[in-house]
Amino acid sequence: MTIAVVDYGVGNLFSIYNALEHIEAGPQLITEPEDLTGFDGVVVPGVGSFGRCMRRLSRFEGSLRQALEAGTPILGICVGMQILFDRSEESPEEGLGWISGDVIRLPDSVLVPQMGWNTLSIKKEAEILEGISDEDFFYFVHSYHCVPEDRSVLAATTDYGLEIAAAVSRENLFAVQFHPEKSGEKGLKILENFMRFTRC
Amino acid sequence: MLARRIIPCLDCDLAVPQGRVVKGIEFKQIRYAGVPWELATRYYEEGADEIVFLDITASSERRETMKSVIRTTAKNVFIPLAVGGGIKSIDDVRSVFKAGADKVTVNTTALKRPEIISEIAEEYGSQACVVAIDAKRRDGTGDGRVLVPTPKGESWFECSFYGGREFTGVDAIAWAMKAEALGAGEILLTSMDRDGTYDGFDLPLTNAVCERVRIPVIASGGCGNAEHIFEVFSKTGASAALAASIFHYGEWGVDEVKRYLAERGIHVRI
Repeated sequence: MTIAVVDYGVGNLFSIYNALEHIEAGPQLITEPEDLTGFDGVVVPGVGSFGRCMRRLSRFEGSLRQALEAGTPILGICVGMQILFDRSEESPEEGLGWISGDVIRLPDSVLVPQMGWNTLSIKKEAEILEGISDEDFFYFVHSYHCVPEDRSVLAATTDYGLEIAAAVSRENLFAVQFHPEKSGEKGLKILENFMRFTRC
Repeated sequence: MLARRIIPCLDCDLAVPQGRVVKGIEFKQIRYAGVPWELATRYYEEGADEIVFLDITASSERRETMKSVIRTTAKNVFIPLAVGGGIKSIDDVRSVFKAGADKVTVNTTALKRPEIISEIAEEYGSQACVVAIDAKRRDGTGDGRVLVPTPKGESWFECSFYGGREFTGVDAIAWAMKAEALGAGEILLTSMDRDGTYDGFDLPLTNAVCERVRIPVIASGGCGNAEHIFEVFSKTGASAALAASIFHYGEWGVDEVKRYLAERGIHVRI
């Protein structure tokens, strides 16, 4: 019973590893695509630019798709959510395109990045949001945001002067724009929900 | 709606095992406050939104001690951890991230070699790069100086480095704007005139920076009670308030400060 954390060479995986270890999810950092098999769930983190993430992640694309098609629960976090979409204004590289839509820059009318704690507006039932309410705060830090073509994937949004996709879900695919590993007890609750779902 | 953040700051002397939290007045007169990871855990449990660790040691063994402080803290504290003080190179940056930090704050090194801001932003993202500015109020005018109306007349603010021991001649407000252009994700703005005084934040200074940058500004220096935090949030565009002494010496809990603010209409995470 373990959760793979895809370690594709961007940023800092210590926090997500630590949080998964804290909830006894048995995290394992996976640095080679061929090792991405036999896990109960896969976490795709991401920091820095969309293009840099995609360039580094591209060698994992095949094995991630296999996991997705095999029904393995997958959780994208922050830029790890954005790269699930078709493309981003940030970089010319194409995204994975698993969810149709664009990633666009936050408008000049707000401070960029959005940095800090914001509440959710829950749009639909999703396994990872069990026990989470509209009063709970999560830690966001991002300069771009996802705009799905099909709004039925939206599990929760957040209000930053405009509506921002905070969580999406579709079958075994989940993603959050905020950082559950840095969002205190409620963030850990989301990771626990994901872990519980992987063991269903 | 995004909440205003409350950030306890731990000034760490790392010359002893585990390190110790200390607090000075106007960057001098040091007083001992506790063990870093223990205080950090307490603040996390009280509802701190983030924690800043600043290394104020000058000894060479400090790097290993700071890493172990961060590593221990990050096992139990699941909010953003920022680490600064003594970061000289991108290798130093990598080593604190590896230990579990989420952000680094740079001050002296950024003033001496501004490109480090872009280097951090490129590798870890802008959000991971906090530029700390220690600003000292100065009378008089001059080229390239941003003048700010203050109760003591028109002033400019000078950047200090080396922990307040040396001055640069650099205009603090102009530097904040340049730091933003280089890729800083946040400005940690400390008033050296107010630091440790309990007289409240420097509102003209804070406003002057908030009005000129489009990235979040953390107000710092001078917080003596919850009223001061209310004041800085209601009168300036600061995204966060940083305080040390009021939390360290048990005068206010983070939770008490947040309740005080919420009762007065400030949007905070409770």
